[in-house]
Amino acid sequence: MDAASDAQLVARCRAGDQEAWGVLVDRYARYVHAIVVRVYRLDSHDAEDVFQEVFARAFERLDTLRDGDALRPWIAQTARNCAVDTLRRSGRELPVDEVPEDVDDGVARLDEALTVHAALDRLSVECHEILDRFFCRDESYRTIGADLDLPPGTIASRIARCLSRLRDVLDPGGDRAGRKRTPTTSGEQVGQR
Amino acid sequence: MTTSEEQIAKLLRALPAVPAGWVQAAKELPAVRLELETIVERIESDERARALAVADLEAMLRAEGVEPTPVVVAHLRRRLAP
Repeated sequence: MDAASDAQLVARCRAGDQEAWGVLVDRYARYVHAIVVRVYRLDSHDAEDVFQEVFARAFERLDTLRDGDALRPWIAQTARNCAVDTLRRSGRELPVDEVPEDVDDGVARLDEALTVHAALDRLSVECHEILDRFFCRDESYRTIGADLDLPPGTIASRIARCLSRLRDVLDPGGDRAGRKRTPTTSGEQVGQR
Repeated sequence: MTTSEEQIAKLLRALPAVPAGWVQAAKELPAVRLELETIVERIESDERARALAVADLEAMLRAEGVEPTPVVVAHLRRRLAP
């Protein structure tokens, strides 16, 4: 993954660098997807339309973004606007218990999640892959193990080790003695699949 | 950022993978933009092309040899909006 800052990426996109646009899409695709699917709970069809609309607007209006470092909130706001437009256009009356209770909280949580995902890029390729497959792609120990030609128990212990490394990346000065250790080789604490 | 491994696991799960086709389509936007600008010009200057686009934008794109992916359609609709 390109280590450029958002501001650098925006500058490169404005200069017509198509590769930079690809990096920008990769960096924010999951974030936008999660906003429309998890926060606004759009169905798959509407979610895809909104997802594409967000990137179409971003591409078109990138020149209007005054501060390239504000890319993340700008994209979040664009996604929120597009999702709300879609809900309004559809005229759907959502039951009270299905209305996003606190969109701000939901997006703030995704901001945190994005920071964690960005930290994955600072791990080894192997750790990145195994954590992504298990936690983000919801693949089982068995599936990952079959692909990597490793027994499920080894997959569980690697997930534990890589998760610990990720924690070190996120919190390098953290209190190692005080932290909770997860998961064991049995995988019970990360939810064995 | 101080957080436990359980919290990290939850945060990883909060951003699941996106269908690959969606990401690819969004990435291809700059490449198809030039082609789309030609189509926009024609729609803006040719009444028949405009009527076709209004009636069925996706069919019109197909006739022009452009795959009407959601990102292409969204981009064109924005460009053609009054």
